[in-house]
Order: sequence, then structure tokens, then C-alpha cells
Amino acid sequence: MQLQRSKWKAFYEGLIEWIIRICGISAVVFVFAIFIFVFWEGKGLLFSGNFSVWELLTSEKWDPTHEPASFGAARIILGTFSVAILAMTIAVPFSLGGAIFISEFCGARLKEILKVVIELLAAIPSVVWGFIGLTVMSIFIRDLGSNTGLSVLNGAIILALMSMPIILSISEDALKAVPDSYREAAIGLGVTRWQMVYRVLLPGAKKGLLAAVLLGMGRVVGETMAVLMATGHALNNPFDTNPPFFHALMEVKTLTATIASEMGEVERGGEHWQVLFLIGVLLFTITFAVNMTAHLVVHGVKRK
Amino acid sequence: MNNSQKFTATSFTRSKETREKWVRYLMFVVTLLMALPVILLISYLVHKALPVLSLEFITDIPRNQMSAGGIWPAVLGTIYLVALSLMVAAPVGVMAGVYLNEYAKDNWFTRLINLAVINLAGVPSIVHALFGLGAFVLFAGLGESVIAASLTLAVMTMPVVITSTREALSAVPMSFREASWNMGVSRWQTIRGVVLPNSVSGILTGVILEVSRAAGETAPIMITGATASLTFRQGETVYYLLGEKFMALSYHLYYFSTQWTPPRLLLDEGTGEMLPMTQAAIEHAEAIPYGTAVVLLGVVLLFNSLSIAFRYYLRTHRKW
Amino acid sequence: MVNDSAKIRVENLKAWYGQREVVHGISFDVHPNEIFGIIGPAQSGKTTLLKTLNRTLEFTSGSRMQGLVEMDGQDVYNIKDVYGYRRRVGMVAPLPVGLPLSIYDNVAFAPRSFGLKDKDTLDELVQKCLEQAALWDEVKDRLDSLGTKLSGGQQQRLTIARALSHQPEVLCLDEFSIAIDPVTTMKIEDVLMELRESMTIILVTNLIQQARRLAKRTMFLLNGDLVEEGDTEKMFSGDAANPKTNEFVSGAFG
Repeated sequence: MQLQRSKWKAFYEGLIEWIIRICGISAVVFVFAIFIFVFWEGKGLLFSGNFSVWELLTSEKWDPTHEPASFGAARIILGTFSVAILAMTIAVPFSLGGAIFISEFCGARLKEILKVVIELLAAIPSVVWGFIGLTVMSIFIRDLGSNTGLSVLNGAIILALMSMPIILSISEDALKAVPDSYREAAIGLGVTRWQMVYRVLLPGAKKGLLAAVLLGMGRVVGETMAVLMATGHALNNPFDTNPPFFHALMEVKTLTATIASEMGEVERGGEHWQVLFLIGVLLFTITFAVNMTAHLVVHGVKRK
Repeated sequence: MNNSQKFTATSFTRSKETREKWVRYLMFVVTLLMALPVILLISYLVHKALPVLSLEFITDIPRNQMSAGGIWPAVLGTIYLVALSLMVAAPVGVMAGVYLNEYAKDNWFTRLINLAVINLAGVPSIVHALFGLGAFVLFAGLGESVIAASLTLAVMTMPVVITSTREALSAVPMSFREASWNMGVSRWQTIRGVVLPNSVSGILTGVILEVSRAAGETAPIMITGATASLTFRQGETVYYLLGEKFMALSYHLYYFSTQWTPPRLLLDEGTGEMLPMTQAAIEHAEAIPYGTAVVLLGVVLLFNSLSIAFRYYLRTHRKW
Repeated sequence: MVNDSAKIRVENLKAWYGQREVVHGISFDVHPNEIFGIIGPAQSGKTTLLKTLNRTLEFTSGSRMQGLVEMDGQDVYNIKDVYGYRRRVGMVAPLPVGLPLSIYDNVAFAPRSFGLKDKDTLDELVQKCLEQAALWDEVKDRLDSLGTKLSGGQQQRLTIARALSHQPEVLCLDEFSIAIDPVTTMKIEDVLMELRESMTIILVTNLIQQARRLAKRTMFLLNGDLVEEGDTEKMFSGDAANPKTNEFVSGAFG
């Protein structure tokens, strides 16, 4: 009985292993390709005389179709962050509370059910959320004194509902990662569960919780369809130097929604087209930075 | 045992216990507050969609300037998107997962790949859209088409497949691989014969999730080839060529809810006259976006439930 | 002592995990068709040594080795077909591992991967290997059931059957009796005595008496150093060259 691998088989395996290696690096290739392609389409404007990054970031004058055009995205950036920050303000307390309840206070059966519900919530497409904002949420917001109901507040509520399942599940993982021996030690000292959560779990899981909030923030800043449909999409600055300092019922434009809504109508290769790609580069950079920070918070600069 | 030996709660422990009870209720309410509104919202959508919801709504083409009929071309477009993106994302994603879990050594390059996967998952969908426009529509010359949009979706959803493949593979104990290597079985044979058969269901849950993601995404397809204004004649078989623009459920919903208003006058086919729409027809037309939303939601939730059910099945049917 | 007819020759073998050197320059020979015993307390480098013999150390990340390992006079680290080489060395790990395949496929897995397809030959081979591992009688009626569902002792014998399935020339056993009962251990020991006719056996054992029963020559490792190698009877009779060996075999430590 001869046990010998055939040459052909060895060749075939070598081939498969090469294909696997190539697929393995595909993620790296894609991330670089995304940056390069998006940057490439916008680079003409970036290096031309009538554009400056400083103007893009600080000028409030966004008039890309006018001759000569002005590309000041400050209001759009402020609009993006107003929606994102308000959304996080709503989402974080609920998500953390939910995560604590699910990981520490509820029974095994309820936990299973809630986790399934939350997973399903996370799966609802953003265009459906946008539709809800447009049709349902706007009714309630109109009652608060807004004409259309489309506003920072509407977008923020929708984004909060969207990001809560994500923040919650990452937070729950972070809480779960705190060793049970900590819990047992604390309970053994006679403290209540709540004291245990407050004094042992939250400090123990703080890195993971921070990462959860950051990742939620990344999602919220990058979200497109929901804000496009729910924020009303008008060029306003919701911040104010006079009281009340913040107009939650104002319609705003966000970075993502600007690209989505204006891309379809611009001349291919024109300056307006290019500036939208540059906004894409800006968005890529922001989310990249947020994701990296979240990763570094959890894993440290060097992996152990 | 006599009574004096029993422990009794002091007022201090009693107040501690009450507080703990309240905290528990509070947390429960907080959790409910998250889930409940969404359930209410969904019921509201279904309620508003009731006038159009029927099997015909899914299988019929749009009629009367889209104010009547169904959404079949959009459903079909979504099927195209899902199938085509799956054809790319599933094999590449699974193999990337296999590479990361089975071949990659613990070095800087592997860490770079891991970071890339994390970031790929975090890139905003509209940036993926810009990439698709630059790379597939323009650079590769595919034009605004079903194939360009599917490739964009494939790149975007690949991290889902990679991550769940890795998870499924790493659940297979290392000792199985070692036992196989000890017999002189090659790395690939070990993966084929021992590792993959025991993680295939876990990988499938990830693939199903990819389907759900691909079906729901709107931003990446809206500038790479999706359109809402294709018209089909009655009796015509609806299909798309790979290089053609297409309709899709998610984009259909966006278009219907933001850019579309029911026509005032409709052509009466019997008399050839233009007649105003009846009240019933207007109500029907207004329910179409809700119907589209419910169908889209149904598809996405169906696939996610499938994935969850699969996971539960797995947990109860382990082979070791 | 250099023996030209050695089945396996090891010279100045060193191995590291990261910065930690766990085997410090060991040299020894294993003769054809002998049972060669290796004894020593935990952490003395026995398992690492076996892993260098069948070239599986490289699967442990951060590991490194140096020195010469020869089989039949050929440097095994120069062999291109590493899988073909591993096939020639059977390895039984200390903890029983049933692969999540049927009992039949557990044994037929390796031969199939080397291109053996004929059903009758496979059937015969599977039965022979299971019989040799003293498992056939217990499982012959349920060859289709999962190997992972067998008891620990049965899985250990399944592991031995698998190690025999690819027709090795050298069989390494790493504390095989750790998870099985004395009766089965005795059965397998009888099998090993028979197998000695057709292959070379390296037996790492935690049971000092097992080495005495089976091995003609024995090697004593301590903290990665070779303390003594020689005739088993001599080593166990209390007049070993090194006092440490005497202490170990008499149970003073280990």
C-alpha cells in the first residue's frame, strides 16, 4: 500500500493557499483603494488655486453652483456634529442602562429574548429609519413648533434609535469581559448589586464602554439615508452665541446627506463634483480616526 | 433551631434591598423604552401599509405613473444586488477569514489586516458609494449599472462575512488541527476535512447577515446605478442586464418618500381621456411607500431571524 | 555513542519558545525496531522534543529550533515534502482527541488525504488499525457514530488507531496512558510489543514502571537537559551513572 501525495494534489493545494492569501490581504487593499479612489476624484480641486482646505472647514458660505463657486462647509460640519452629539446624548444613557440591565439584572431567559430583539433592531435598514423620521417622527416634532418636523431633533432621535443597539451590544460585551471573580468578591463583601455595578463593573469595563460610545459616534457621523430624510437638509447653523445657544428644531445639512443629495445632479468631473469627493475624504478621515481611537482605547498602542 | 438564632433583616439591609429592587425596575424600563417605540413604529408602518399589502403588490409591476400596481421590478433588482454581491463577498470574505484564522502569523502585517477589517466596516456607506462611483462606474468602465452597484455592496458588506467566518473558525478547537497535522495531513486538507465542515453553519450565519445588509443599503447604490423611473409594459418579463440601471427596494422607498407625488390626472384607457384620480386611488398611491417599507423591512428581518435561528440550532447541535 | 544504523539520530538539539530555551542541546540515537523510553518530570522538554521529531513545532508561534534531526541518515529538516515526512512519524498526544468525524472517517482521514481511495483497502486498514489499538470490538457496530462522542479512554485508543492509519515507520507516544484505565493500558502495552516488530517506537511516559516494562533503553530528561541515557534495567536497578536519575526513578521527586 503506497501512501504518497500526488504532485498534482500538492500543486492544487499550493494554488488554493495562494488564493486564500490574496483574499486575506483584500481588506487592506480595499481600505487603501477606497481612500485613493475617493481622493483621486477630488484631487484636481484640492490642488487648484481657487480652493483651500481652510475655507472648506471654516467658511459658512456653501454655494457650489454659483460662479465663482464658494466651498465653505462649516455649516455642514456643524450640522453633522449637532445631530451626532444630540443623538449620542440621547442614546448613551439608554444604551448603558440597557447593557447593565441585560448583563447584570435580568434572568437568562429574558436576556436571550432581549438580545434577539436588539439584534433585530440593529438590522433595520437606514432608509426605513429615514422613512420613519419623515413620516412618523415628523408629526410629533411638528407639535413642538417646527414647520416640517424635519430637524436636528428628528434626525438625532432617529440616529439615537439606530445606534442604541450597537452601543448596547458592544457595552454588554465589555461588561461581560469583566471577570466574574470581581463580581463574586464584591457580592461577598456584602454590597448590593447596584453598588457592585457602580463601583466595580463600570470602572472595570470603562475602556470597553468608551470604545462602544466612540464606535457609536463613528456610526452616527457616517450615517447617510436616515439623516438625509429626517434632518430637512437646509443649510443652517444650529448653534447660536445667544440663548438658547442651540436650535434643536432647525433644519440642517450634514456631510453625508450633502454628498448623497447633490451627487446625482452635478456635472461629472466639475468643481462641485470634486468638492463632494473631498467631503468624502473628510468623512473617511473622521471615521477612520474615530475607529482607530476606539481600537487603541481597548487594545492599547501595542497589542499584548 | 430556636427563633433567636435566625438572622433577621436590619433596617439597613432592608433599605439596601428596596433600592436594589428599584434599580432593577429602572433598568428594565430603560431597556423597554428602547425596544417598545420601535415595535410601535413598525406596527404603525404595517397599519399604514395595509391598503396595498398583498402578494400582488410584490409580484406586480408599477402602473398608472407608479400610483398603482406593485413593486416587482424593485424586488427583482434587490434580488440581483443581493445575489451578485454575495457571489463576490462570500467567497472572498470566507477565504479572507480562513487566511486570518488559519494561516496568518501573529505579526505586524496581520495586525494591519485586522485594523483594515475594522476600518472597512466603519467607513460610511456614502464613502463606499463614492468609491464605487470612482472605481467601478468610472475607472473600470462599468457605468451606472447593477454590476457596479453590486460590487460596491460587496466591498461594503465583506467585513460581515470576514468577521463571522473568523468567529466560526476559531470556535473549532486547536487540538483538532494538531491531531490532523500530526498525521501528516496538509494544512489545506485539515481545513477542508476537519475545520470547515465544523464551522460551515457558523459561516452561513455570517453570509445570511451579508444578504440582509446588502438588501437594506441605499446610499451605496443611489449614485452607482439605482433608479426609480424605469417603466415596464404589462405582460413584459422584467429583467435587467448587468450593465443596465436598475430599480431596488431600498432606493424605491427613498424615491417614493422624498421625490414622488401622485399624479393629478390619469389616462383612462377606455376613453382616452385624462381624468382626475379618485379618492380611493389617491389613498392607495399614498400607501405604496409604506408598503415598500414593510416589504423591505420584512426581507431584512426575515434574513436576520434566519441567521439567529441558525445560531441557536448550532448551539444545541455541537459535535463535541 | 554514534550508531550508523540508527533509525533516528538527534544531535545537539536546542529549542526555544520566544526567548525561553526549553531544550538545551540534546543528542541521542534511536535504533530500528526498539522501544525507546523517555522519562522526566513535567516541564523537562519531552513534548517539545517529540514536536521537533515530526516537525510540528513550527505550528507553535514564536518557537524555534536548532540542531540536527536525522531519519535513516537523512536530515529531516531538509526534506521538501514535509507532509510526506510527517506521515512517516506517528504521533499520539497526551490528551485524547477524537476528530468530529465518524469513527471510520477518523481512521480513514489520513490515508484518504494521501490518495488512498479504494473502499476495500480502506475498510481493511480501518479494521486493522482499530484492532491494533484494542478498540475494534467496542466500536465495530457503530463505525458511523461520531468519534467525539466516545469516552476519554476510547478516544485515546482512537488517537492511537489514527496514528497507525498512515503506516508510520516511527511511532511516538506522549504519555498515552494519562487518560485511560490500567486494563486498557496493559492491552495497549501488549500491542506496542507486537508493533515493535514492524516499527520503531518512542515512548514518553509519566509512568516510570511503564518504561521499565517496555523500553530496552531509556533517556532521562530534566529541565531540558539530557541527564542520562542507557540500558533501562541498569537505570532502574539503582546504579545509574547520575545520582539524579536514581532519585527520580525511586520517586524522590518528579
